[in-house]
Amino acid sequence: MRDRIKLLQGDEAVVEGAIAAGAKFFAGYPITPASEIAEGLAERLPIYGGKFIQMEDELASMACVIGASLSGLKSITATSGPGFSLKQENLGLGMMIEIPCVVVNVQRVGPSTGLPTSPSQGDVMQAKWGTHGDHPVIALAPSSVKETFELTITAFNFAERFRTPVILLLDEIVGHMREKVVLPNEEDIEIWNRKKPEVGPEDFNPYQETDGLVPPMPNYGEGYRYHTTGLFHDKTGFPRGTNEDAKNLMDRLMAKIESNMDIISLYEEDIRDDDEIIVLAYGSTMRSAINAISQARKAGIKAGWIKLKTIWPFPADYIKEVGKRAKAIIIPELNRGQIIKEVRENIFGNAEVHGINKYDGTLIKPEEILNMIQEVK
Amino acid sequence: MGYKIDEYLRQDKLPHIWCPGCGHGTIMGNLIRGIDKANLDPDKTVVVSGIGCSGRASGYMNFDTLHTTHGRAIAFATGIKLANPKLNVIVITGDGDGAAIGGNHLIHGARRNIDLTVVLMNNHIYGMTSGQFSPMTPTGDNATTTPYGNIDQNFDLAGLTKASGASFIARGTAYNTRQLIEIFAEGLLHTGFSFIEAISQCPVNYGRRNGLSSAVDMLKCQRDSSVNIRKWDSLSEEEKKGKFPTGVLYKEDKREYTEMYQEIIDSVQEEAK
Amino acid sequence: MDRFEIRLSGAGGQGMILAGIIIAEACLYEEGLNVTQTQSYGPESRGGASRAEVVLSKEVIDFPKVIKPDILVALTQKAYDKYYDDVKNEGIIIVDNSIELSDIKVKTYQMPIFEKAIEEVEMKLSANILVLGIIDSWIKQVKSSSLKKAIKKRVPEKTIAVNMKAFAVGKKLAEGGKIDEQGEY
Repeated sequence: MRDRIKLLQGDEAVVEGAIAAGAKFFAGYPITPASEIAEGLAERLPIYGGKFIQMEDELASMACVIGASLSGLKSITATSGPGFSLKQENLGLGMMIEIPCVVVNVQRVGPSTGLPTSPSQGDVMQAKWGTHGDHPVIALAPSSVKETFELTITAFNFAERFRTPVILLLDEIVGHMREKVVLPNEEDIEIWNRKKPEVGPEDFNPYQETDGLVPPMPNYGEGYRYHTTGLFHDKTGFPRGTNEDAKNLMDRLMAKIESNMDIISLYEEDIRDDDEIIVLAYGSTMRSAINAISQARKAGIKAGWIKLKTIWPFPADYIKEVGKRAKAIIIPELNRGQIIKEVRENIFGNAEVHGINKYDGTLIKPEEILNMIQEVK
Repeated sequence: MGYKIDEYLRQDKLPHIWCPGCGHGTIMGNLIRGIDKANLDPDKTVVVSGIGCSGRASGYMNFDTLHTTHGRAIAFATGIKLANPKLNVIVITGDGDGAAIGGNHLIHGARRNIDLTVVLMNNHIYGMTSGQFSPMTPTGDNATTTPYGNIDQNFDLAGLTKASGASFIARGTAYNTRQLIEIFAEGLLHTGFSFIEAISQCPVNYGRRNGLSSAVDMLKCQRDSSVNIRKWDSLSEEEKKGKFPTGVLYKEDKREYTEMYQEIIDSVQEEAK
Repeated sequence: MDRFEIRLSGAGGQGMILAGIIIAEACLYEEGLNVTQTQSYGPESRGGASRAEVVLSKEVIDFPKVIKPDILVALTQKAYDKYYDDVKNEGIIIVDNSIELSDIKVKTYQMPIFEKAIEEVEMKLSANILVLGIIDSWIKQVKSSSLKKAIKKRVPEKTIAVNMKAFAVGKKLAEGGKIDEQGEY
């Protein structure tokens, strides 16, 4: 028990979570405030027979991680805004060819070099739309060190289960904050591994979905000798250049995420029956929201909160329901308003939607949320 | 001697998309002969390619094959190889893919001396996009994006990869198939970063604009301008003008990346016991 | 709310962040005590403004940063000027005696922190651990022995002895006493 109580940074919790999830490969490039993840895995991975490589740039890191996953290893890379921009090219390939891997972005203030050591939630939309074209996205956002550990494992599980890159969006506060955490016992952690083909090479089609919409995936070197390309392809993996193949593949890629919303969409709420004001938040901002709500309740205000752990796909149906009963929804974000657009799009009732936005590298304080609650009550 | 070409080609994907007269098919055919000569286990061999005419080769070759993004093939291959060092990993790239957009990955792959065999099909032009100049388009030549003549200088790719740390460097031509097969086989069996520049011809998008509109003329040009490395040093500077050496240009026994990493794992695990 | 907040401020390289981490680490040895530790610093690793914050509570800590500190430590004039006006009424401020004080609203102690670190510990870099010795008795939630344990865990092994000395010098300083050369380090 004693050695499971640890003082961990969010970045260190990613390292612990990755090891617990069975990660065996990391490729990355140094960047503040994510370098602690690379440093931690450089030390830890070889102990478990895993591999670490520091690549020449961010593009190469993303490529390398996809290559390692094709060889059969659970793989992860970590970066921050400027590097996340560079990773988009190969992240798109990873989504197109359905490669399980985890991409961590410890958000800092952007654009460009911005404020390298200050927190931000400015890459929420980039996580969804960063690479070109339509594409399926799973993005998770922890709000504490313990949640970072848990969601890192979840990210690997979703990646393996749905055969897709999963984005883990930390922010500088969560990444660098230290908290006392009690790590679970190994046997209490649920681990998913990618589905392997049940047929031999002669009957194998690499992009033939079996049950669910996820095709099984053999490792390179297992004799399947299959082809993979970033061109639109049919179930054989080869491009035919037909419009039909393009539509079919895109529809399946989106459907494999959308049809599993009940598994993928993670959120928590503390809303009492008569709560009228809802604060919806994610990441470090959630901490201020919870503090503000408990102060508001002490003052007799009927307010509750929603914590999004899965940001993408956005839980549209759930928010629609919340919108029907709430008087006002307040969305504090460390950006100029990104998730608020998704909320607005899904509100059809009378609920007012208000944003609290900061993008100067400082946190939203509990009192700022409390003031807004008092204003709208 | 006969090579098992058919077995290593995906027959149902042929004919290939390369233009009539293109050298890429010849080079791919000889690479396959080289793989056969080196006796690689086809189940343990992975071919990774980038974007462009050269990038299409992976689709025709009957191994685990990966057609990646533009210029990044070596980075993907690095992940594949480091994750499973038992695999033979071959990269097929071009002069635009490997020397321009992927130039950084080329020098860093060489620097690590990771055990990859990189085949750079050099046709001196961006063929797939119809004839823009590449870093290997000779200075003064014509391309669609050099309407007033090319002022850019070329890389010496053999010199670049040698300075970067590659431990096997060779050059061959689509013209000299026998030599190319030998080079490929030797490069594939070499442990470490093997860089092989294979001179190809693009009559459609390079030759046509530069006074060499037939593939035969371009192949003759390859024949006349290439000199075996064994004879190269005996040529005077005057005789070397307009010519280039072919064959194995450099070879060195040097520690390989994945082997060194395995030593780290072994020692760390020993210590942890 | 039993929330207890500490803000350690100074310049990059003075070890304020490490001191914050040590307090947080010490909380691991206290049953049922939660802790969050955050920091803010510039992109440079030396010379810029640096601030570490620690929040202790028996309850779950929602907002992880200091709202109004119970203890403020300021090792530079810049840090003092920035933060002195933002301390709880019943809180305390500890500053190096090189710092010029503004209008004093809360209990403020000027102490020869760097002087003692140089003269008695003979290592200026130990000022951060000396500070921990000073504020030890004000942090009721954490036992002195837990802090010492955390120091031993987080400082480089070769410097444990000198840092334990710094801690003891800090404690004596807080008690207003003189350092006893035979004192327990």
